[in-house]
Formats: sequence, structure tokens, C-alpha cells
Amino acid sequence: MNGLLKWVDARFPLVSTWKSHISEYYAPKNFNFYYFFGSLAMVVLVNQLLTGLWLTMFYTPTAAEAFNSIEYIMRDVNYGWLLRYMHSTGASAFFIVIYLHMFRGILYGSYQKPRELVWLLGVVLFILLMAEAFFGYLLPWGQMSYWGAQVITSLFGAIPFVGDTLTTWLRGDYTVANATLQRFFALHVIGVPLLLLVLVFLHIVALHKVGSNNPEGIEIKKTLDEQGHPLDGIPFHPYYTVKDFLGVMVFLFCFFAVVFFFPEMGGYFLESANFIPADPLTTPEHIAPVWYMTPFYAMLRAIPDKLFGVIVMGGAIAILLFIPWLDRSPVRSIRYKGNYSKYALVLFVISFCILGYLGTVSTTPIRQFLARICTAIYFAFFLLMPIYSRWEKTRIVPERISG
Amino acid sequence: MSRVLIYLILILVASCLHANVAEPELLEIKIDTRDQSKLQRGAALFMNYCSGCHSLRYMRYNRMAEDLGLTTFDGSVDSDLLINNLIFTKAKIHDPIQISMPEVDARQWFGKLPPDLSLSARERGAEWLYTYLRSFYIDKSRPFGTNNLLIPDVAMPNILAPLEGDVVAIPIGGDLKRLSNSNLVTIAIGEMNEQQFDSAVQDLVTFLVYVAEPGKPAHHRLGLIVLIFLGLLIIFAYRLKKVYWRNIH
Repeated sequence: MNGLLKWVDARFPLVSTWKSHISEYYAPKNFNFYYFFGSLAMVVLVNQLLTGLWLTMFYTPTAAEAFNSIEYIMRDVNYGWLLRYMHSTGASAFFIVIYLHMFRGILYGSYQKPRELVWLLGVVLFILLMAEAFFGYLLPWGQMSYWGAQVITSLFGAIPFVGDTLTTWLRGDYTVANATLQRFFALHVIGVPLLLLVLVFLHIVALHKVGSNNPEGIEIKKTLDEQGHPLDGIPFHPYYTVKDFLGVMVFLFCFFAVVFFFPEMGGYFLESANFIPADPLTTPEHIAPVWYMTPFYAMLRAIPDKLFGVIVMGGAIAILLFIPWLDRSPVRSIRYKGNYSKYALVLFVISFCILGYLGTVSTTPIRQFLARICTAIYFAFFLLMPIYSRWEKTRIVPERISG
Repeated sequence: MSRVLIYLILILVASCLHANVAEPELLEIKIDTRDQSKLQRGAALFMNYCSGCHSLRYMRYNRMAEDLGLTTFDGSVDSDLLINNLIFTKAKIHDPIQISMPEVDARQWFGKLPPDLSLSARERGAEWLYTYLRSFYIDKSRPFGTNNLLIPDVAMPNILAPLEGDVVAIPIGGDLKRLSNSNLVTIAIGEMNEQQFDSAVQDLVTFLVYVAEPGKPAHHRLGLIVLIFLGLLIIFAYRLKKVYWRNIH
């Protein structure tokens, strides 16, 4: 065994990689609840890849057979229902995990220097994840799949001059049709996942170069012991491997409770309208995307002008890219920031949740008004950040993480 | 600050209350898909009254028979029982449940092909199905002489009328659009009395709920084992973490 290890290590940086990224990768010792979600995102990604691979073996990506093949998987394939529910629940779980992971970044200022690139890669990953979810959502070829795709692809029609041509080019037909389904299938099973994997790799490489932030926002690399290890750091393995193992088990417990007992999650994870096969001639009364897209969808609907709505929706995602430079605070963590930052974050989270809710229901004038207020708060959180983060009174960050 | 929050919450509450305009209330129904006799009665009703027009194309006869206990003493599917009592087409017992009329005729008679009902319970919910089947009333202005509260001017005739008897709608204040089930009155009972009919419709809906996800009891059984296993692993993982982190302060 040792001989084999030596043989490999002479040809491949096995031991040194293991050391630098796992056993001697020093992470701050004060990670809290929010720090589970990085490793959980990996777990969900693996779940999606594996269950997706098996689903691909039984799924038929044609307009005529897609819906039937899903029910075939649900009923006639051995444990097909389990694969399908793990995949559909996994999609929602992915977004729960990623939203909390991103919230953690904002909460503790993990995007600040020198971790800007980690954040940027993360935002690109988030955009890719939304694309992946969107492509995947068409595949069951239910009513909501079809009309959701119809609505979202039609947004490209808002672009002046080339809009309609572009929409037709993207769909491969004048409406969402078989050609659209097949290209979405290709993008969902190979195109986007490959990019996701590459970016996850880069995200982790970038993270390990600069090291993890922590809830205190203290830079642990500033105080080292004689061997050059951070005094407030502990090796990732075994400390965080055993801790994350516990996190993964608790997560899986919740995850499988949903998979086995509430796979539809009250219509939020699997929408009831998607149990009807796609019908291009019947528009459903109420078209809503799955819950994880609804905050952005609510913003789109809040704006009466289509093009401006699309810009606002795109802007809401793109603006995330700029946080590292919008935050002018001398401290990282919310624990040491001033009151304005705290209020701003609370308002931001509340308005994001309200937008999420509003995106799931049909619109009324008062809801429209509320969605506009929340959209304004969402953008104000970012656009006013250079002002409030700079002019508020912050607390002094200690040198060391206290026990 | 807190005023703004209260304001926002009030708006949210107001918008929630604003929802649900003018949809007839659904009647409550308790579903127990483990009750085999209910399922068997529901299946018999479905095959006799519904399967002429509505298919269950994702359900196979033999799967249904296995789950409903239509088996011989050695546990294999009782195909004679199936063929003599529940299969009214040329289908073999391994076939999915298809309609007995030609699709071309169906389109001509009803304007569209009556929908497949395999997933209707997951699409609409049991309460909707139950309310729908209890909401037919006599309306001479319609081609089949009946109308429905949940889907006004529905194309489907009240196929259960011989069982249910004659039901008329008595609008309150002459407003036909605001009818609810409390406005429906049975003026002549059919082959069943009201209670029997109600229980028959419940059987039918229970059967449709079963058909929408026949594997559900198996999911729950496996789920329980998985959760117990994970629960034990959590205890182990928690103690392992405690041991490793003993000296970290």
C-alpha cells in the first residue's frame, strides 16, 4: 500500500494536494451554522449529478414522449420514483442551500478583499445554477414547464430590433416546441453541468488560496505560530470533516423526509399544474415559476414596461457581482458593522422573502405596489451600500478569535 | 425603523386576505388509500361508470389488482376476476387502462377527448374531485341536461345521475353565479340514497388518489427505514464530532 502511494506520489502530487487542501488546510475554528452550506452544496451537486445520470437512462427527450417517460420512471422503473423525487427535491434543496450560503457571504463580508474572486465565481455559479434549473424544469413537459419556458424565453423578445429573431433562434421554433425541449435537454445534462463542475473547482481553488473567512471577520493568517500555522485555525481534516459529516447527516435527514413524505412540498417543489401534459393551446390561468425563481419573477412583473422589467430582473442578479466594491466598510462581519448595515440587511432579507412570496401568487394592484417597494429596497440595499457602510460607526475588530 | 416593518407586514397581510376571490368552496374529504375495500369499490365504480370515456393510461390492470388485493390464494393476480368484472375492453391484464370508445368518436361527441385521469388527484387534489362529483345539477339548457358548480358549462354529463337521483340548484337571491353546494337539493333519490351516494363518491375519489401515486405506501415504508438509519447515524456523527472537538476552544 505504501509502495503504491510512493509510486503514485512520484508521478502525481497526491500527498501534497491532500495536505494543502485537506489535512493541513487551516480553517478558522469558529465556523457556525452557516458554514455547513458550502459542503452541503457539494453534497446536493453530487446528488443531482448521480440521480440525473440515472434519470437520463430512462427519460425520453421528445415532446411526444417526455411526459409519459416521467410517469414511466415514476411507476415502472424500479426505484425510479426515488431517483425522480431525489432529483426534484434536490433542485429545491440546492437553492435553499445556495441562498443560505450566499446570505452567509453577505452576513460576514466574505466577499471583501482578498476574497472578491471567490465571491465572483460564486455569483457566476449561482447564475449557472438558475440556468440549469430553468432548463431542467422544461423536461417533464408539463403545463407549467411549457408555459414557464414560454414566458421566460419570450423575455428575450423585449430586446429592441433583434428580440423576436433571437427568441426564435433560442427556441428553435416559433413557440416552445420539440426543438426547444431537445436543446434544453442537451444543455441541462451536459452543457451547464460541465461548466458548473469547472466553476466549482475554480471556486474552491480560489477559496483555498485566500483561506476561509469566519463569523468574526478576523483574518486568521495574521497571527501564526512557530510552524507558520494560524493560531486560530484548525486543520480542515479531521475537525471540519467530522463536523461537516454531522451537518450532512442532519441535512440528509431533512432531505429524505421531504423525498419520502412530502415530495410536492405543498405544490412548491412540484407544482400541481405540472401533472398535466404540456398543451400549447391552453394557457394556464396562473403561470408561476418554481419558488426559487419567484423573487426575480416578482420584480419582472412589478415593472409595467417589458424591456425595463427584464433589465431590472437581470440587474437584480448582476448587481451581486459588485458587492465587493460597493461595501466600503472597514470591517467584514455584521457583528462589527454599524446599525445602518444591520437595518439594511434585515430590510433586504424581508423584502427578498416578500418578493419570493409575491412571485408565487397572482398579481393585484396592492401586490404590484408592494412588489415595487420591495424591488426598490432590494436595489437600495446595494446601491446605498457605499454610503451607509462607510459613514456608520463600526466596532473595533479584535486581533484574535476568542474562545 | 420598526414602524416601516409593521407597515410592510400589514401590507403583506392585507394582500394575503385579498386573495381567493369567488371560487366555490371545496368540500372536505378524508382519504385513506390503505383501505382496500374502499379502493376495490372505487375501482368497480370507475370501471363501470368512468372508464368508457376516461383512461388511466399510466396504470396497468395487473398493478391495480395487486395493490387492491384482487389476487388468488397464492398471491398471484386473479385474472379471471379482472377480466370478468373490471376489464371491459380487449386489454390483457398487463395493459394500461384505456378507454373503450374510439377517440375519433369521443372528439365528435364531447368536442374534445375526455382527459386521462391517472394524475387528476395530483393535479386538482382529492377535495376538488370530490366536490366536482358532488356538484352536478339539472340544467335543461345544457346539451346533456346537467351542469356543474366547479366547472360551469362543463362538457361532461352527470354520469352518476342514475345513482345520485335528481339534483336541482336553488339559487339564493336568483344569483346563479354564486352557487355553492349548499344550494343543491336532491328532489328524487336514485339507486342510492344520499348517504350511500356520498360514500360511493368518496370510494371513487380514494381510488383516483391511489391511482395518482400507487407506490405511496411503499415510499412511506422505505422512508421510515431510511430516516431511522439516518437518525442513528446522526447520533454517531454527533458523538464523533464531540470527541474530535474536545480540545478546541
